[in-house]
Amino acid sequence: MSRGGAGAAGVSTRTVEVNGQPCRVWEKGAGEPVGFLAGIGGLAGWTPFLDRLAERRRVVVPSVPGFPGAQGHDVLDSQLDWILATQDLLEAAGLAGADLIGVSVGAALAADVGACARGMVRRLVLVGPLGVYDEGEPIADVWAQRPGDLPAMVCEEPERFRAAVAAPEGEDPVEAEVLLLRAHEAAARLLWPLSDTGLAKRLPRIRGPVLLVWGEADRVVPFGYARRFATLLGGEARVERVPGAGHLAELDAPDEVARRVLAFLDQ
Amino acid sequence: MKLLWFHLMPYTELPDDFREKNPSVWVDIDSSLFDPRRAHHMYNDFMDELEFASQCGFDGVCVNEHHSNGYGLMPSPNLIASTLARRTRDTAICVMGNSLALYNPPTRVAEEFAMLDCISGGRLIAGFPVGSPMDTCYAFGQNPSLLRPRYHEAHDLILRAWTTPEPFAFNGRFNQQRYVNIWPRPIQDPHPPIWIPGGGSVETWQWCAKMDYVYSYLSYFGYKAGRRTVHGFWQEMDRLGKDRNPYRAGFLQFVGVAETGRQAKELYREAAEYFYGRCLHVDSRFAMPPGYTTEATIRARVESQVVKAASKAVGRYDVAITFEEILEKGYVIVGTPDEVAERLRELALDLNVGQLMMLLQYGNMPKDLVAYNTKLFAEEVMPQVSGLFDDEWENRWWPNPMPTQQRAVPQALPESLAQPLPEARLQ
Repeated sequence: MSRGGAGAAGVSTRTVEVNGQPCRVWEKGAGEPVGFLAGIGGLAGWTPFLDRLAERRRVVVPSVPGFPGAQGHDVLDSQLDWILATQDLLEAAGLAGADLIGVSVGAALAADVGACARGMVRRLVLVGPLGVYDEGEPIADVWAQRPGDLPAMVCEEPERFRAAVAAPEGEDPVEAEVLLLRAHEAAARLLWPLSDTGLAKRLPRIRGPVLLVWGEADRVVPFGYARRFATLLGGEARVERVPGAGHLAELDAPDEVARRVLAFLDQ
Repeated sequence: MKLLWFHLMPYTELPDDFREKNPSVWVDIDSSLFDPRRAHHMYNDFMDELEFASQCGFDGVCVNEHHSNGYGLMPSPNLIASTLARRTRDTAICVMGNSLALYNPPTRVAEEFAMLDCISGGRLIAGFPVGSPMDTCYAFGQNPSLLRPRYHEAHDLILRAWTTPEPFAFNGRFNQQRYVNIWPRPIQDPHPPIWIPGGGSVETWQWCAKMDYVYSYLSYFGYKAGRRTVHGFWQEMDRLGKDRNPYRAGFLQFVGVAETGRQAKELYREAAEYFYGRCLHVDSRFAMPPGYTTEATIRARVESQVVKAASKAVGRYDVAITFEEILEKGYVIVGTPDEVAERLRELALDLNVGQLMMLLQYGNMPKDLVAYNTKLFAEEVMPQVSGLFDDEWENRWWPNPMPTQQRAVPQALPESLAQPLPEARLQ
């Protein structure tokens, strides 16, 4: 297990295999494990939100195929392929049966693993989850944006998104750009064109407790979806809105989201 | 050299303030701007123009596929091609082409192209584009990350459908069919020549070389802007050990010809400004669906044509929309027959392209001007350039039709046939 690489002290990096392809796993902290699946764009480096969690938990951050640090999205053709790859990734990262946090794209996958492999997830946190589409209240088209417009669409403070996906110091910015485009491609591969993975049909299978977190300024998934998720979920669901935060709420409001997530996980 | 007459079929009545009042000519274009009764006349005018080009002696006529597009009214070019198969005699019919991943199953393309080849007596050129992001990913909802694998699988399926004599099962990643057994089958043996319209993707060049297909760079920005891409193509051919047969490559060029240079500039100004100002007004948000452009191409920093067009439309690349600039940048070549011939000769020799697609109708060009441009070109430009390359290279990518005397002569049934049948036939 090597140290560093994530741009923050105390973060270890290892590689696991999914479908024979390497996927990066970051880890920091001690105590009960909690998994984290990132949102649109993935993560080029460790974030303040993950640090807040790591003060109390052992935070394990596997990168799903195609997201920065991971390859192999190009062999995933169907929803079943994606669900199984995510499940394999969580198992390989040592997260079977652990608490799991998913954001945006990562939340769509986390929810599906929770629905399809019930023993895999203990307590589930979904932050601005994609995966469900309602014609009456369409999800924004994140893939039809003019160059440079995406950061302001996914974060209340666009600089926070840019920082999360920028090349860590000393790394090739062209390569970081390619990695970001690949992460967008992977998300599009899963969610194109409407962000509807058929998840609505499977949400009733999730019987454990779920925390639904929405940034008050989410410009991608309207808040109305929180009620849809809460209604469809098979178990207890709690909804929390976070002020000053956009779609990727944990980037905009790391302390606030971490506080609410930890309170939920500790119950 | 082969000279083909290409029609994009632009809607000719986009309003003067289209550019100011609309974000895009493509994908989310305002449907209230489309008048079906006016389109009735446009379609018929355009088909008249294609037929006229054939009569004037162009080697081929070209049609292509676009969706939700104000400058391309052919969601199905095969419909137009089928009328051309009936209404033209010896001209090649170039469908440029069918975006393979949009047909489900792609067997449909094998069938329709075989129909066209049969109806035309073997005159079809089969174009296999991936399709633009706007057409495929946005208007037709195809997954950009799966588009190319689907395209390649569709290609393999179509080739097998054309060339396998018995029914076969196709077990693809995206298409499964227990019985592939197309009826009709193409006249051309083993199949019609295949041309690939492409942007500047290195993989496309390599694939064309491997499959021995024509690579066709359909640039709206003319010779000057296309040089780098077409030279890049030939460098790749050199690297792969392929010969420099100019018929491996196709290129698109806008032209306006007139008796004098001054007339030419006056005659073609409006149509050119309409095309570059209104027809290429594409919202850049539809230019880059993630996964459409391969990582190798992104790394090579070679941008596709459509991406450039779209980026230009918001001013990022400064697309010329005034006639003076359009001419200066070489998007459109205008001049006397001798001047145009000289510039086309220079273009063909520098780019080393043997399959030259001429856009002699563009934007809102009126029908009489289209006829004038087409006829003058055919009579006075064509003879000056058509002999290029012919003594030196063989065009292995041109249709091989049935001999003319063996082909049907399309006509309505003569009155004389509509007689009572003889008694013996009714027994």
